[in-house]
Formats: sequence, structure tokens, C-alpha cells
Amino acid sequence: MPVELTAPIPATAKAEPRLPGDPDLWFLILAELLTFGMFFVAYVGYRAMETEVFNASQLTLDRTLGVINTLFLLTSSWAVVSAVRAARANHSQQVPRYLALAILLGLSFMVVKYFEYSAKFAAGISLNTDTFFNFYFALTMIHLGHVIGGTVVLTVIWSNARKGACHAGNMRGIESGATFWHLVDLLWIFLFPLLYLLR
Amino acid sequence: MPAFLLNPHRTWLILIIATATTFWVGVDGGLGLAAGAVTFAITWIKGRLVVLDFMELRHAPPLWRRIIEGWLMLVTTLMLAAYYLGPELLPKAG
Repeated sequence: MPVELTAPIPATAKAEPRLPGDPDLWFLILAELLTFGMFFVAYVGYRAMETEVFNASQLTLDRTLGVINTLFLLTSSWAVVSAVRAARANHSQQVPRYLALAILLGLSFMVVKYFEYSAKFAAGISLNTDTFFNFYFALTMIHLGHVIGGTVVLTVIWSNARKGACHAGNMRGIESGATFWHLVDLLWIFLFPLLYLLR
Repeated sequence: MPAFLLNPHRTWLILIIATATTFWVGVDGGLGLAAGAVTFAITWIKGRLVVLDFMELRHAPPLWRRIIEGWLMLVTTLMLAAYYLGPELLPKAG
């Protein structure tokens, strides 16, 4: 069982302003946001030039699967927030349970994406089909890479949490992993409406 | 207040409702030209909830909060501009 070296951090503490996790990570987050931001704007710009192509190709996507994956990522972010809160409260047994749920939802996202890609490839649709699919495959594959990376990070933290390593006195690792996971969620919050819904 | 209306549960619930709304607007909102603005506005609201409540920028140093919220505003504004003014600003393809 963990030795609780630090008092729990009250959830309502009026503490000094701080960034969760490793401060250096936030520069990576900013770089990611600037890069993806340019892609998002470029997508809308190219769509304006080839609206008919984008609208027609978009209709071949399965919107229901897109919504399901959005719900998976939103809920996994909630689970990660809950894991961080449990760690701060020194409820060390709850931390791995919430993380396991988040990891399971991350894996579910990958499974849905696998079926989506398979259906497209089976229909002869690929990255080179048209401008819409250039964006669709490039953006979702880069994003999927982030989902895979984030799930690996969460799995490492889960393994440590099972040994009782995530508590109020040792928050940096779990906060860093959580922040990256929320970035993955945030990027999908843009990708889903742009690729699946925008008419 | 019931426990499920406290954060982070409240934020999660709003995000789910917002997703359902965007889905409805995108599929058959009957909003015509306004569909783009509504979609971008909901995306901005969802993004803001994630960065403030999940990424905890609400309690971050003000500079970091301004930078990330500024990014959200900038991207949303540029997407709106590209959506509504794109055909006039950009050369025709082909």
C-alpha cells in the first residue's frame, strides 16, 4: 500500500495559479495546437474552393461511427480527470480504475477507426482519391498516432498507479499524461465536425 | 446540487449535449448558411470547456490561459472567414 507522504490536495483550494504537469509539456501542446490550427483553417479554405467534391466525399463517411468515437474520447477525458482528482485526494485505489476506463475507451476509438479505414480501403478509397480524402486520411492518421501514443502513456501511468504511485505527493506524471490526453480529445473536437459534419 | 451536476461531471454532460447538437445541425438542421456558424460556435464552446475544466487552464497562470484561449478564438475566426469569404478570397481551383 502507498505511504501517504503528503496531505490530500483539497479540490476547492484557492491555490496559486499553476499549470498541471510538466511545464515543458505545455510548449509541446502549444506547438501541436498551432500546427493543427493551420490544418483546420486550410481544410475550411480548400473546402470553399471545392465545395461539391468535399460535400460528396464527406457523405461516404459513417457519421454514427464519428459520433461514437467523439463520445469515447469525451468520456475517456472525463475518466482521466477523475483519476487525477482521485490521486490528489490520495484515493490511490480509485486511480487505476479510472485510468483503465480511459485506456479501454482509447482502444475502442482505435477499433472503430480500424473498421472505418478498412471500409474505405475496401471501397477503393485512399489518401489520393481527392482533396477531401487527402485531408481526411492525413489528419485522422496523425490524430490516431496521438491516440496510440496517449494510450501507451496512460498505460504506463496505470501500471504505476496500480503500485500506489499516484497520490497527492507525486502528481507530475499523471498530470502530464492527463494534459496530453485532453489535447488528443481537444483536437478530435475540431476534427469531428470539420470532417464529418460541416456542410 | 446533485453530485452529477458538479464538475467534472457537469462539463462532461455539456460536452455530450453539445456533440448531439452539432450532429443534428450538421446532418439536418435546416439552417442553410447558418449551419457553418453554428457548427464553429459549438466547437469553440466545447474546446473552451476542455481547456478550462479538463486541462485546468481556469486555474493556470493568466498568460497561458490567454494564449490557449487566444488560439481557440483565432482558429474559430479564421475558419469562419474561410467558410463565408473563402470563395471570394481564394482563386478557383482547377
